[in-house]
Amino acid sequence: MENNLEQAFQAKIDREEKIEPKDWMPEAYRKTLIRQISQHAHSEIVGMLPEGNWITRAPSLRRKVALMAKVQDEAGHGLYLYSACETLGINRDTLYEQLHDGTAKYSSIFNYPTLTWADIGAIGWLVDGAAIMNQVPLCRCSYGPYARAMVRVCKEESFHQRQGFEILLTLSKGSDEQKNMLQDAVNRWWWPSVMMFGPSDKDSPHTARSMNWKIKRFTNDELRQKFVDVCYEQAKVLNVKLPDEDIKWNEERGHYDFGAIDWDEFWQVVKGNGPCNKQRVAARKKAWDDGAWVREAALAHSNKRSERLKNKKVA
Amino acid sequence: MNYKLNYILHLADNALILGHRLSEWCGHGPVLEQDMALTNIALDLVGQSRSLYQLAASIQDEGKTEDDLAYFRDVIDFKNVLLVEQENGDFAQTILRQFLFDAYNFHLYQKLLKSSDKQLSAIAEKSLKEITYHLRWSSEWVIRLGDGTEESNRRINEAIEALWPYAGELFIPATYELEAVKEGLGVDSASLKELWSTEIKNVFDEANLEVPEESWVQKGGKNGIHTEKLGFLLAEMQFLQRAYPGQEW
Ligand SMILES: [Fe+2]
Ligand SMILES: [Fe+2]
Repeated sequence: MENNLEQAFQAKIDREEKIEPKDWMPEAYRKTLIRQISQHAHSEIVGMLPEGNWITRAPSLRRKVALMAKVQDEAGHGLYLYSACETLGINRDTLYEQLHDGTAKYSSIFNYPTLTWADIGAIGWLVDGAAIMNQVPLCRCSYGPYARAMVRVCKEESFHQRQGFEILLTLSKGSDEQKNMLQDAVNRWWWPSVMMFGPSDKDSPHTARSMNWKIKRFTNDELRQKFVDVCYEQAKVLNVKLPDEDIKWNEERGHYDFGAIDWDEFWQVVKGNGPCNKQRVAARKKAWDDGAWVREAALAHSNKRSERLKNKKVA
Repeated sequence: MNYKLNYILHLADNALILGHRLSEWCGHGPVLEQDMALTNIALDLVGQSRSLYQLAASIQDEGKTEDDLAYFRDVIDFKNVLLVEQENGDFAQTILRQFLFDAYNFHLYQKLLKSSDKQLSAIAEKSLKEITYHLRWSSEWVIRLGDGTEESNRRINEAIEALWPYAGELFIPATYELEAVKEGLGVDSASLKELWSTEIKNVFDEANLEVPEESWVQKGGKNGIHTEKLGFLLAEMQFLQRAYPGQEW
């Protein structure tokens, strides 16, 4: 019985038909999606913190408005994604708990600090840029609600990426101090961005299964290569040097070769030892705990209100 | 001419400082939807301030930009009311500050539709749609918090106690306001008191909250005499422009 269901499920995926919430799905498919979508949702929300860090210091009113709108978009992405996740039978509050108690992960990139204004540009260019590489294929993910959420998200991400690039482009044409700020930000954000694609394929045991289920369309290393190729060209426009002595064009492969990734750093940050892991989770937890009385009040009021309406009708 | 510039700057500063305060919430709201609502209002207000600073810069006619006006004036030059520069405090304090201001701003901007200055009335028309939403949002929250739980009721009452002394300044016109009224450009803020009081009373009634007695009014912001909090807000906001003057960003 189970076997037949499983075969029908896979056949449906192979025909490029979407799996919808009410459809039968293997437990492992559901679990994989919950983990991936919630990680993605948490990344959007935690990602608001490093960028929000510069809203009050944005250097012009135009930049201030654009940054607020950007961070607000990320909140919106979080919302779509939590909703998509809820269709798999888990609620948002439980997902938050998992974030707060450390059982759920989010993208490690947000465990790095934003030190100067140029970091805001670098995040847009590199981090949103890497997010796009990861997410565009997800628009064709086999799970319908996730795929549809990604279509909306991707449109906004590419806007963010251009906006970040434009911040950096402005700095690249500015004073020596501004150019210095730009190079420094790229030095700090480059490798963590390259790591955003996750462990190398050989250390990524679930990749094959996820590709079979068409949750994933490309491997981590394929996406990473694409990212490096694109960024190398864009870095030239910004007149900035990528902090990798080994990066160079490989005619044979038709791609840029690049230096060795410091996987030790990657795993350390995943484990919680990045520069801001503790602060990020603490900030999210504080917002949630401080907001408890507000959520309770809203609930109490709406209960009282419906009670009053009911009494009115009875009377 | 000076009265005109000062009047517009006063409106612009109110919008910018309150918008800036609200933006401090971004990423830290009590629930995602309200985090977004707070940022939304912040976006509206900073957007309104930009239109107003642009208008002010054109009145001033010294080749300055909106950013010169926002980033290169000091505490004593800012003309916002004291209410809007007060710190966020807890969510109740933020909500109440917003409500007291929105109720005023809504009636002010309605009257500004008839300003003799075409540009100002156009800005008012655009802003009014946003302000109408702000007032609805903050009113609903005052009601939720007042009516909700014992704790939320206590917190909103504490907010009333803390902020009420700053409400009165809204209705005490500065000299530039009086001149702006004479020229048909501006609105007599004293004349808005009654409309405002009715708005407050209606919402407070529904929220089970008492309207406080008339009390001592803290004032001065309209003339550049602020609370100590504004200096820190400006230091943070203006940091980059001040540290690296004359650059494009
Ligand atoms: Fe996003
Ligand atoms: Fe983004």
